Amino acid sequence: MTAVDIAAGVRSGTLRAADAIETSLRAIAATDGDVHAFLAIYDDDARATAAAIDDRVASGEDPGPLAGVPIALKDNLCHNGRVTSCASRILEGWRSPYDATVVERLEAAGAVVVGKTNMDEFAMGSSTENSAFGPTANPRNTDRVPGGSSGGSAAAVASSMVPISLGSDTGGSIRQPASFCGVVGVKPTYGLVSRYGLVAFASSLDQIGPFSTTVADSALLLEVIAGHDKRDSTSLESPAPSLLSHLHDGVEGLRVGLCPELIEGASPKIAERITIAADALTANGAELVEVALPELRYGLSAYYLLAPAEASSNLARYDGVRYGLRVDADDVAAMNVATRTQGFGDEVKRRIMLGTYALSAGYYDAYYGKAQRVRTMIIQAFDRVYQSVDLLLGATTPTVAFELGAKVADPMEMYLSDVYTIPTNLAGHPALSVPFGTAEDDLPVGVQLLGPALSEVQLFRAAQVLEQEAGR
Amino acid sequence: MSEPSPISAADVVHVATLARLELTAGEVEMFTEQLASILGHAADVAALDLEGLEPTAHPLELLNVVRPDVVQASLDRPVVLAAAPKVLDDRFAVPRIVGEEP
Repeated sequence: MTAVDIAAGVRSGTLRAADAIETSLRAIAATDGDVHAFLAIYDDDARATAAAIDDRVASGEDPGPLAGVPIALKDNLCHNGRVTSCASRILEGWRSPYDATVVERLEAAGAVVVGKTNMDEFAMGSSTENSAFGPTANPRNTDRVPGGSSGGSAAAVASSMVPISLGSDTGGSIRQPASFCGVVGVKPTYGLVSRYGLVAFASSLDQIGPFSTTVADSALLLEVIAGHDKRDSTSLESPAPSLLSHLHDGVEGLRVGLCPELIEGASPKIAERITIAADALTANGAELVEVALPELRYGLSAYYLLAPAEASSNLARYDGVRYGLRVDADDVAAMNVATRTQGFGDEVKRRIMLGTYALSAGYYDAYYGKAQRVRTMIIQAFDRVYQSVDLLLGATTPTVAFELGAKVADPMEMYLSDVYTIPTNLAGHPALSVPFGTAEDDLPVGVQLLGPALSEVQLFRAAQVLEQEAGR
Repeated sequence: MSEPSPISAADVVHVATLARLELTAGEVEMFTEQLASILGHAADVAALDLEGLEPTAHPLELLNVVRPDVVQASLDRPVVLAAAPKVLDDRFAVPRIVGEEP
């Protein structure tokens, strides 16, 4: 069942939240042994919350737009009293002392959190293999990765353990696993969703967003979590967009740009799916426009300087003093070193060192300063193109889901799987991946829709059309 | 601006020290090779002429955000200290800071 159907059923009294939760918990019990999407499951709490929702419905109350809907949270989102590990040894067992704003909004809307999902450690990775607690498998083929870093949240939805989940997207960490697992994944405009209670990786790039099996479910979820929050100073003043009411407005007259930079390097079958998606949009009245964005070719290199630089600063807080792991030593400096050396995995160490290097004296101008200017260049390039098109259509990923272990030894090879998703984060724009059939090895593939800041309504309208046309 | 020279094993040891990380000899070798590969990709960025472009640190125009100067509750001390690895007299406890014998 979709989240839209569950919420409608629970609010109207034709479905019990308790039954919706049991369905989810049964699916988790049956499936998660093979998939390992979850790091924690809150069966008792979820049952109690569902019972309370059913009581409220029985007494005539409306529990809200997500009444009784089971949801899973990426394990970098704080949930009061529950463990938030970021799939890292350094936060293993650490219990958040407060709720993230998105969690507050979910619970106020009647959603029921059933558990926390696996991820690449501190959201650094593209396969969920960087989890300190073991990898997640792709539910469509358990020899393949689910993508990352929000691989657990994508896999939980793809295997119908929950209808919706939340992830975070710093360079593609929602859209890439959504594409690999065959689900919808949305990276909202920077600032649309509060980051309060999201453990920071690269603060100028991080954004929380939904996973779902249908476009409508992501629209419903984003409407609930979006909107200004005074506890996040980078939160936009704009209200949550009205997505569901425009979902079926179609794409008549919408100008959709195709640029080589968002297709080149993609596998033959993925490139073919983009062409078919473009045809589907034109058949529904959209106007196709060929554009060029050569500046995007520098996005990946710039990102892998900027994101590690921000990470090296953000992760300085893990020092063994106030929370998380401490490895004892004779003095404070040695304790800091021992704690971080034992607590962080290789990818996190790699990025901390890369960022420290890019920021260090002698290299700052050549690397960090240059990358910041590339960011400006990419923003200006998007601004130029969005004068003549409303949206861009391209690939989400260059390949379908790769095999577990295939890229672990070669970080640069792993980073290349984010090549089409990264420019959006650099610009602070929204983008989504919507499933659009299968490509190589009969594995699912998503196509990516990108738009300027706060263009979510148009993105969802186009995604809805592609969902209906995915059988082409 | 000239392109920076490739990262060396000594550079990796230096940044690890700055970042409060300790590496084994094998790790130094592995990370040097991997960071060189990643920075090799970044050479295209380092080589770009971007004169006249301002750096972007953040996608939004960052302004000071202030709220009315009203006292609000923060997390209770016991809640915060409960998460600490070691506590002494309602404070975070750490090993000695100066390097002399007590």
